[in-house]
Formats: sequence, C-alpha cells, structure tokens
Amino acid sequence: MSEMSKRTPLYDLHVELGGKMVDFAGWEMPVQYPMGIMGEHNQCRTKAALFDVSHMGQVILRGENAALKLEALVPSALTTLPEGKARYTFFTNEDGGIMDDLIVSNAGDYLFAVVNASMRHQDIPHMADNLDGVEVTEIFDRALVAVQGPKAEDVVGELCPVARDLKFMETVVADIMGAECRVSRLGYTGEDGFEISIPEDRAIEISKVFLAHDDCEPAGLGARDSLRLEAGLCLYGNDIDNDTSPIEASLTWAIQKRRREEGGFPGAARIQREIAEGAARKLVGIKPDGRIPARHGVEIQSLDGDTIGTVTSGGFGPTVGGPVAMGYVSAGHTSPGEKVNLIIRGKVQPASVVALPFVQQNYKR
Amino acid sequence: MTTYYSEDHEWITVEGDIATIGITAHAAEQLGEIVFVEQKDAGDAFEKGDEIGVIESVKAASEIFAPVNGEVVEANALLADTPSALNDTPESDAWIYKVKLSDAGQLEELMDLDAYKALIG
Repeated sequence: MSEMSKRTPLYDLHVELGGKMVDFAGWEMPVQYPMGIMGEHNQCRTKAALFDVSHMGQVILRGENAALKLEALVPSALTTLPEGKARYTFFTNEDGGIMDDLIVSNAGDYLFAVVNASMRHQDIPHMADNLDGVEVTEIFDRALVAVQGPKAEDVVGELCPVARDLKFMETVVADIMGAECRVSRLGYTGEDGFEISIPEDRAIEISKVFLAHDDCEPAGLGARDSLRLEAGLCLYGNDIDNDTSPIEASLTWAIQKRRREEGGFPGAARIQREIAEGAARKLVGIKPDGRIPARHGVEIQSLDGDTIGTVTSGGFGPTVGGPVAMGYVSAGHTSPGEKVNLIIRGKVQPASVVALPFVQQNYKR
Repeated sequence: MTTYYSEDHEWITVEGDIATIGITAHAAEQLGEIVFVEQKDAGDAFEKGDEIGVIESVKAASEIFAPVNGEVVEANALLADTPSALNDTPESDAWIYKVKLSDAGQLEELMDLDAYKALIG
C-alpha cells in the first residue's frame, strides 16, 4: 500500500471492524469485512449495510445563478430542481463523452455536489475554472456514510426521525446526536437508503450507533460493486468515460426535455444527434448462460462470429446467483433476448442481452 | 505422506506416481468466495509453470499454474458443482487434480510445510 494513500475519517473504525484495506483511487478503503463480499451484499439486499464513501468529493457551489451556470457543464436541468431535491447528472466534454458522473442537490442557498473519488482532481478545477462568479468549495472536514437496504429507514430513523419523511432523491440538513448532518435519500446499490454527510470528528461515533442496530452491518467496496452492477448502475472509468456518450450509456433519462431541445452543454451536437437518430452502440445487460463470470474487457461476438462489443463491468451477482455483466454492443444487437457469444480466455461462452437492471430497484418514491 | 508446497500456494501429495494437487487454505482465504473453477480434462499434459486452470472468486479471476510436469488423470468433479468447496475444504475434499507425474525429481524443488509457513508469514 502506497505511503501516499489517504485515509477517511472512518479509517480507525474499518481497522477495528477487521476491514481488509486496499488502495482505491488513492484512498485506503475496506474491500470487505470478515463477513465477506457475498454476505455483505446479501445484508444490503435484505437488511441494511453501512458503507464509507468519504473518499468521494463533496463540493459546495455558492453564487448567484449557480444552477444556471452549472447547466453549461452538464446536460441535466438544474434551474428547475426544487430546493431539497437531488439529481443525477454528468459533466460532458466537447465530443459528447462523459467526464464524470455526479449528484447535484439544491440546498437552498447553495448547490451540494458529490463527485467520484477518482475524478475529484479533475472536477473541482473544471467547475472552478468554468463557473464564473460561483464559489467552488471542496469539503475536506466531513465524512460521507451510506446506509443502504430495506431496513435503512429503521436504522437511520432511530437517530434521525426526519429521515423517515424523505422520499427518493430528497435531501435535508438534520441533527444527528447533536451533529449537523446532510441526510439524502439516495445511494448506488439499487436499494432504498441514505447518504449522510457527517462532521469528521463525529463520523465514527455516529456510524457505530448505526452499526449497533441489529439489522445493520458494515460493507466494503467489493459488495458495493456487485450491488451497483446488479442494479444496472454505471461505474465511472468502466462503463462510462470520456469516449462514451450518455445516449450510448442508456442515460438519456438524465437529460430532461428542455435541455434535449435547447442544448447549451458541452457535446450537445453529438448528444442531440444520437437522441434523434440513435447511437451506434448501446450499454446493455449481458447474462452469461453458464457459470463463468465475464469480466471487464471480454469480447462480445454475434452468433456469426463478428465482434459487436465489449464487456465493461462483470462478475458474480450474489442476488442473481450467477454471473452478470454490462457492456456495449453495436446497434442492431441491443434487443433483450438477443443471443451473443462471449470470448473468455479464448473460448466461446453463450450469453444473452437482457434488460437492466438485473435486480429490481427498491427506491422509496 | 509428505506434502509439498509451491510458491503459487499449491499443495501436492504423492502416492506412487500419482500426485494430488490443490490450493492451500491461505490461498483460498486470499482469493475470497469462489464461484467458478475452470479445470483441464483428463489426458491433458502440461509442464511446470503452464496455466492449468482458473479460479473465479467474487473479486477476480486467478490462474492456477502447474507446480510440476505431468498429465491430468482426474479433475475433481466436486468443484464443477460446488466451487465454494474450495473455500471450505481446500486441503482435503476440494483437491483440484490428480495427475501423473512425468518428472518426480521436480518435487525436490518445492517447499516443505515449514518453508511454506515461513513464506506466508
């Protein structure tokens, strides 16, 4: 492990809980705890799991017309985002590729954004340089803790009753054990749950009270990856990157009608064209017929033997009980039920294109 | 019966000219929960260092490298049906291959238990 690795405010708790620490995007993070990835995954699907996501970048954007100005960098509608609501969006580049994906919340006086750990170094200057008259402040003194799963409301609600009243993608500032926290009803597991921004000096104490609940156990990055994959959620750097457009990535739902019509964001020409004419390739679910996991980089062929795409994320889905994957296939091969072949270690393995997600999302709408 | 160990965390026991090969408990622990094992077929010959299988865990795919020269006599069918056996009983029921050794002298290049314990600390 590199000496340069950074530690989150929860580091000592991870060690105390027996977390197996690995380097992730320059951070020392737990990939799993003694329960193991499958147990942690199932814990989140059936009860509640607590994840440390403090490595992600928390940013405050403050200034007149901050939402309007940010719309120049992302294709989602932000000026109409009501106070107390959060929205998924992405920075696009001039070619219509995705520079990073993020969540933006309207916090009333300011916007609160959460960006990927691996892209903080890019996103913060990108916003600071391009948002004239907006103060861009990266927050370094707060942890970010995700409590996810069907019992998350019980776990968080005991300490923070107002959390029970939130619906999916709603956010509020709330008191938890005397600490001022931001509680948002969202996450990246496909389950109901919360992400809670906590002052760093209270993060372990509050996390321990969550974990003291009978239904809540800690979970690491391993389970987070299999959960988001089954839920059909993109991982930046794997499924989406500077070359993939939001239309190719099946993220068109995140571009609201006004923005589709008006444009006015980087790469609008390509994105509007692909909305109108369709993209040359699409991100789809891939379900291998057998038991062999198809991982990132596996070639996808048509039954005729032509290369039609590549797996971008794949592994074993504990809830599905078998291998699951996502990947890009060329137009004409994107319909659910389409039979394809995967080339794994030189051998042909049959698979099908399937609709995403693999596991029904359970959000509280 | 002597057990030999490789630097790739395999164990080998020998009866006559038939050796049984598996992975150590330490290796199974490091790999995490195992969901698929790809094995060679009976009759396949290999040389030391060749890839003779792949173990897929929830985390990643890891190759199995041959610790000696030989030929597969039997691949353990248990692993095809119950790959997780490799986590539960890696040093007994969940052996991976029975092989016919073609160069028994190679065993002397492997480690004994004490040397292996020193390797994994």
